[in-house]
Amino acid sequence: MVNLYTRRRIINAAGLSVSVLAMLFGLFWLCWILFTLLAHGLFSLTPAVFSQMTPPPGNSGGLLNAIAGSLIMTVVGTLIGTPIGILAGTYLAEFGHRGWLAPVTRFINDVLLSAPSIVIGLFVYEVYVVKVRHFSGWAGAFALAILVIPVVIRTTENMLRLVPSTLREAAAALGAPQWKVVNFITLRAARAGIVTGVLLAVARISGETAPLLFTALNNQFWSDNMDQPMANLPVVIFQFAMSPYDDWQKLAWAGALLITASVLTLNIVARVLFRQSATTH
Amino acid sequence: MKMDIEIVANPKIIIKDLNFYYGNYRALKDINLSIAEKRVTAFIGPSGCGKSTLLRTFNRMYQLYPKQKATGEIMLDGANILDPKQDLNMLRAKIGMVFQKPTPFPMSIYDNISFGVKLYENLSRHDMEARVEWALRKAALWNEVKDILKQSGTSLSGGQQQRLCIARAIAVKPQVLLLDEPTSALDPISTAHIEKLVDELKEEFTIVIVTHNMQQAARISDYTAYMYLGDLIELGETSSVFTNPKRKETEDYITGRFG
Repeated sequence: MVNLYTRRRIINAAGLSVSVLAMLFGLFWLCWILFTLLAHGLFSLTPAVFSQMTPPPGNSGGLLNAIAGSLIMTVVGTLIGTPIGILAGTYLAEFGHRGWLAPVTRFINDVLLSAPSIVIGLFVYEVYVVKVRHFSGWAGAFALAILVIPVVIRTTENMLRLVPSTLREAAAALGAPQWKVVNFITLRAARAGIVTGVLLAVARISGETAPLLFTALNNQFWSDNMDQPMANLPVVIFQFAMSPYDDWQKLAWAGALLITASVLTLNIVARVLFRQSATTH
Repeated sequence: MKMDIEIVANPKIIIKDLNFYYGNYRALKDINLSIAEKRVTAFIGPSGCGKSTLLRTFNRMYQLYPKQKATGEIMLDGANILDPKQDLNMLRAKIGMVFQKPTPFPMSIYDNISFGVKLYENLSRHDMEARVEWALRKAALWNEVKDILKQSGTSLSGGQQQRLCIARAIAVKPQVLLLDEPTSALDPISTAHIEKLVDELKEEFTIVIVTHNMQQAARISDYTAYMYLGDLIELGETSSVFTNPKRKETEDYITGRFG
């Protein structure tokens, strides 16, 4: 009979090794992906990528129109989706205690959260692109906004629920009406967490291809007209990577590296922000 | 229990036949009680006896939660607090509250104090600064924070945060101050600060304090109410409750034979 202390040490060592192995397994693929991206992408990441338009096959060119299009649609999509998401999340956390509306909204939001993004793309295609009879940047931004909304709703609600109820009580005990409590106390206390959620939503949509295929499509030339088809990195990568042309494939690697790097940066910023807020409360 | 009402000479709050329900659970049973003006009244009793619940009926805090309700009468200056027509925000301007855990708002020390004042008064910048200083001085915190008023309220220590919350409550100039176990999360030195403060504040405010700590009740209160399982067992002057309790249950509790 092994004594209790030894047995606990063995169990601890076993548990620890399994979790470290699991961590290494996950990390291995992530590092491999990053390594492949860097190996192919860094080499192709020339100044021309940031200064020239997407080229026809066989010509030299860059990704400027796609980078700009992606930025514009991501920003517009976020600007449309964020206020709706924050308002709805606030409703769910602060006002929806009675009645059936909040649970139903929460359920629908959960469905939306896990809806395949291609379905969102098809939806916008059907209700917008078909009606106006052409692909456009607006349609792309709308599709991205629909992806932003459920993420922001979920994080806003979760972050507001983390605010201790004693803080709400303290504000209410001073005689503050509920809208003031929500605006000045709870939303403020949850601010960093909500910003984190928005950043994660931006990270989520900046790599989405499927919803843009049916909405913004692509544009080989510079376009800052939201009412026209708009170039964007994910669709360009999709097209160029599938092509037999070497130049195009290199540009696809460069684009993939750009997206990955920006998503990684956004995630890191979000984490740092959230950690800061966690230590000050 | 009718006799309890006459014990208090100059009542600020008179409670008649108060019952309180969490859903179907009856947490307070026919409470009759008076709170003396500009005195400290302590509620003591074992956990779950209803002392915090009773305190939270005075400013209808329970209304934040859908399944809680109170019946009966709580008269403050001749008006029934429980009357649905009573303006809740004006009621809470008259009755300040401090909670067990310090609850500084996520804003500067200055804004923590001015937040409540701004709800009721439109003061000039100069007057607001004077009010903030007044409240912080009353709460014995001014000397520690006068140079860091722009810093976040959450950056203070636990004891300072609790005094900030007291300052915030009195800045509104309420008549009644409810303290719900205000020192149970604090160290002994901060506790001593707060107790001294309570003693000074009773010159201007009617104070009701819930405490787990019987010595604390004995030290700072003028009247003590002992509660058990939702019943008010005994109310009396603190000196007589602790030295010569009228009820056997009270004696058992304060002598530590139970609870």
